[in-house]
Amino acid sequence: MSTTTSSRIPIVSYLALEPSPHLVANQCAACGARFFDRRNACAKCFATEFVPVDVETEGVLTSFTIVAFAAPGVPVPFVAGIIKCGQTSVRANVINCDPTPDAVKLGMKVRLATYSLGTDDDGVEAVGFGFEPAQ
Amino acid sequence: MANDDIWILGIAMTKFGKHTDKDIVDLGAEAAMAALSDGGVNMGDIGVLAAGNLMAAGAGFGQQLQKQIGQTGIPVYNVANACATGATALRTAIMAVKSGEVRMGLAVGAEKLAGAGLLGGGGQSKKDGNKWEPRGRYGAVAPTDGRIGTDTMPGTFAQVGMEYGHKYGEVSFETFARISEKNHSHSTLNPLAAYQKKFTLEEIMGDMMIAYPNTRPMCSANCDGAAAAVVTTGEVLRTLTKEQQRRAVKVAASVLTTDPYQEACQILPDVNTLTRNAARQAYEAAGVSPSDLDLVELHDCFATAELVHYDNLMLCPEGGAVDFFESGASWRDGSTPVNVSGGLQSKGHPIAATGIANIWEVCHHLRGEAGPRQIADAKVGLAHVIGLGSACGIHILERSGL
Repeated sequence: MSTTTSSRIPIVSYLALEPSPHLVANQCAACGARFFDRRNACAKCFATEFVPVDVETEGVLTSFTIVAFAAPGVPVPFVAGIIKCGQTSVRANVINCDPTPDAVKLGMKVRLATYSLGTDDDGVEAVGFGFEPAQ
Repeated sequence: MANDDIWILGIAMTKFGKHTDKDIVDLGAEAAMAALSDGGVNMGDIGVLAAGNLMAAGAGFGQQLQKQIGQTGIPVYNVANACATGATALRTAIMAVKSGEVRMGLAVGAEKLAGAGLLGGGGQSKKDGNKWEPRGRYGAVAPTDGRIGTDTMPGTFAQVGMEYGHKYGEVSFETFARISEKNHSHSTLNPLAAYQKKFTLEEIMGDMMIAYPNTRPMCSANCDGAAAAVVTTGEVLRTLTKEQQRRAVKVAASVLTTDPYQEACQILPDVNTLTRNAARQAYEAAGVSPSDLDLVELHDCFATAELVHYDNLMLCPEGGAVDFFESGASWRDGSTPVNVSGGLQSKGHPIAATGIANIWEVCHHLRGEAGPRQIADAKVGLAHVIGLGSACGIHILERSGL
């Protein structure tokens, strides 16, 4: 689904890296409902045709939590949130922002940003994404 | 009483807490035997068993339980439905009785969860550290928990509460903490609660942060426990003793829903719409309105969840949950006491037991047997659970008129 160069791979297949990083959803051709994974039929209207659509890269933070205690191996603290990008809700971390209630605000404008997860033995770099404050 | 009315004839719960010397079969057996005894019946009277357990759902808990308390060859339905497992087991027994296939049904929920720690989260580690390989439904090359949001329960329900704040006006950390203060205060009157410790607001807010705004005492307490109920019809109840009829509690509504499609439900589980749908159906079936409720036991798996369910259960006008709470309405001396048992935060949350134990709490008050924590002259109560994924069980219960 996503376009990658040979030396980069996105953390998930619904993150497209080219021409500039953005998320891609499967949109129901009948009702417009959007899904980030595959569906046999639309959960809303049961139609069976989907088309890939680009999701807006800017949005508004509609909910968040600052996770201070997580499973072993998950670095804390981090900010998990819900971002409304146009009419599509996206799940992501809020990054490049202090993980404190003073810095993270409901309703704040955020934009998609990427970062490196590291490089494997073949020289392939994995790319993660989050949303950073846009103001 | 109408022939096809459904009645809880007997109901019981074990003490919630750490039961190191008992397994789930022991706990389930203790609750089941107590429920049968409470109803004045035995396994020979029971036509169907619905047995709930989540953490060992493949083990055939119901059949193990029969071997512990009575093997009569009746059908067993082993039930698992996340945190709605207990309510689903009860509803399964109710459906069997209501269909006319059996005269009496037994529903049991048992769980061992003490020391289970954080639920949800983690996920697959990269097996081969040397090569990024897409795996699973989202083609993930690395674990997504912590990188693309959180899979943990405290974090998920924190976002549920914060989302309410975004929609209706910001809710302060202190307001969420005060909800927890209420439930811990209520628990001091419940000898079966896992914890009966009162916390000050400062202690709650200053405790270990798990997922803002939920600190540790604002999270449900993992513990062991079981609960069980015997259900029957009005037709059968009429043939029983006056004392059995007097103590029986009418199931005025028994509803189970799942989450219907909503735009953001693939992103954050929607625990609201299915609860509203279930509540609407339950009030209509029972012919009561939220203002008729003398007490409510709702699924306060986290302090942030209790707030949204005030609204979802229509205990307040839409968007008015903070005002409702701040008026004192949900304290035990308020207009709609909520979680007088102490709730999941202090009574505890042995998953499969919870959906029957909250019904036991309501029945206890409707029967006038709740001792020091009795809500005076309670006639109607509501019990609610949510299983993430999602499932919502709501039961409305009425005192016997006899």
